Amino acid sequence: MKRTLFSYPYILWMALFILAPMLFIVYHAFFENGRWTMEYIKAAFEDAVYFKVLLRSIMLAFEGTLLCLLLGYPTAYMLSTMKKSTAALLSVFFILPMWMNFLLRTYAWQVLLGSSGIISRILSFFGFSDVLLLHTEGAVLLGTVYNFLPFMILPIYTVLIKLDKSHIEAANDLGADGITTFFKVVFPLSMPGVISGITMVFIPAITTFAISRLLGGGKYRLYGDLIEQKIVSDGDLGLGSVLSLILLVLVLISIVIMQKAEKTAGSEGGTLW
Amino acid sequence: MSKHLIELINVSKDYEGDAALQNVDLYIRDGEFLTLLGPSGCGKTTMLRIIAGFVLPTSGKVLMDGEDLSGVPPYKRRVNTVFQKYALFPHLNVFDNIAFGLKIKQVPKSEIERRVNSMLEMVNLKGYDKRWVDQLSGGQQQRVAIARALVNEPEVLLLDEPLGALDLQLRKEMQVELKRMQQSLGITFVYVTHDQEEALTMSDTIAVMRGGVIQQIGTPQDIYNEPKNAFVADFIGESNILPGIMKDDFKVEFNGREYECVDKGFGKNEPVEVVVRPEDVDIVDPYNAHFEGEVKSILFMGVHYEIRVESGGFVWTIHSTDPVMPGGKVGIQILPDAIHIMKKPPEDVSGESE
Ligand SMILES: Nc1ncnc2c1ncn2[C@@H]1O[C@H](COP(=O)(O)OP(=O)(O)OP(=O)(O)O)[C@@H](O)[C@H]1O
Ligand SMILES: [Mg+2]
Repeated sequence: MKRTLFSYPYILWMALFILAPMLFIVYHAFFENGRWTMEYIKAAFEDAVYFKVLLRSIMLAFEGTLLCLLLGYPTAYMLSTMKKSTAALLSVFFILPMWMNFLLRTYAWQVLLGSSGIISRILSFFGFSDVLLLHTEGAVLLGTVYNFLPFMILPIYTVLIKLDKSHIEAANDLGADGITTFFKVVFPLSMPGVISGITMVFIPAITTFAISRLLGGGKYRLYGDLIEQKIVSDGDLGLGSVLSLILLVLVLISIVIMQKAEKTAGSEGGTLW
Repeated sequence: MSKHLIELINVSKDYEGDAALQNVDLYIRDGEFLTLLGPSGCGKTTMLRIIAGFVLPTSGKVLMDGEDLSGVPPYKRRVNTVFQKYALFPHLNVFDNIAFGLKIKQVPKSEIERRVNSMLEMVNLKGYDKRWVDQLSGGQQQRVAIARALVNEPEVLLLDEPLGALDLQLRKEMQVELKRMQQSLGITFVYVTHDQEEALTMSDTIAVMRGGVIQQIGTPQDIYNEPKNAFVADFIGESNILPGIMKDDFKVEFNGREYECVDKGFGKNEPVEVVVRPEDVDIVDPYNAHFEGEVKSILFMGVHYEIRVESGGFVWTIHSTDPVMPGGKVGIQILPDAIHIMKKPPEDVSGESE
């Protein structure tokens, strides 16, 4: 009884800040001046541009997640093999930028990659002048990876340091060398961390906005930017709401897939989760 | 049975200054069943881990077939371990756990299947092959751990209390089964246990340890009948241990009386320790007795009664198949060959091996 009592403020909070905006969006997607309408749904599906942008967002989220995994796993692995104090010191470097506002971090990259930025200057010093860095698709990808990499490293690192060393010894005992032990024991046992890392990168990456505007110069609009533009600049609340709903469905689908994957990894990973 | 397969030469291991093993010298013959026996924390697991290669000795070396193992990593040693805490792979089912070592050696699939299945049968887990290991009881997990190591038919198998989680009946069955496998496959066993009865029934050789030092090495008979010191005597079976004085050859005084014994070669009036097994103390008619005592308690133990009798300030533990009346007086006789005389240890029990 007490427990339910304590949860009331939380339920109120949820209702006010999560459920209400959601209903608000659903309302604006399907109603116009209090009357049912399918106009906005039709508009969202008729114009191929929206679909193209959605595809680009998904692609970028995939690429970004993959890159984060390829960079994040080895980093997390190296951190996990270090002494606790060294690892703590090093992980400050990953966590510190996270304390800074996301927009500020992205502005910083805008300056760094700009035509008079330090990277361009170094490149031109070596003879590569007029290399376009900013306003490229690569810049957008870089911004995504940079912003979300810590969310890949931390869950993997957490699983790796909790990994029972006796399993590694058992594998060695049964004749597995370092590499075999990694692929047959360490990596499978770290799957739960990999999956939550993927979830924590993919979902923010697919919904992200501003990165592409700041680093892509508006040439590589993402779905998040589209929603922002519809609602904030064009004042088209109806279409913006429909686009939001489409994105929401996409996010829900990916969460379900991740949870499925986590469950299989969980039953295999046994006591890990 | 004669070749020294494994040899530990003056091996010591310190953990941040605390000695877990001190100057251990030990050889293990090819095909031998050697048991390390000793109280918790005496260094048994440490010894196995040094042989397996997970722990490097602080000093001394380990030889296998005369070859120094110092630079040889665990995965290259022809040794498998049944870990005290099992260390089964949680991401693999029972079958794949047991097949792990064989797959790494790239044994053909059909042979893997055959060997794993016969192992499952041996450890009484037929039909459990598809289970996840966290769906097994402690005793079942322990048997998977045994199977996972034994299936590789290594030259040497290190077993760290492999039957600790099993009930008495299953433990007895597995003891017989392990001994049979050990003999038929000719595997050298280094076996760790707390259980002295298990050690006595299964081993060719027992090494009794205490505080990182080997107290005595010998056959079960040697260790039981001729314990080298009071610790070994007490650890292998219960014992009455009391201080005494060696009056002369074949004459010892303890608890205020002189007894005949079969030991000689001590100094005149040398203080010694006297060990008498509970089953060697006889309850007799008072007029045949060496002394009388008062029965303090009697406890039924199944096969025998455990009787405590006080006399002259010492409480004797006696095992007898006949009950006596608590509170009553009984006569007690101790025959010469029941009396074992031990040298008094110097303050610090320093061990020797063989
Ligand atoms: N990794 C370690 N770090 C520090 N001390 C250790 C370590 N491993 C073991 N020790 C110490 O070494 C001594 C011997 O330990 P060991 O595990 O070999 O005992 P054991 O005979 O196997 O005991 P048990 O019967 O309880 O398993 C103990 O005092 C223990 O505290
Ligand atoms: Mg131990």
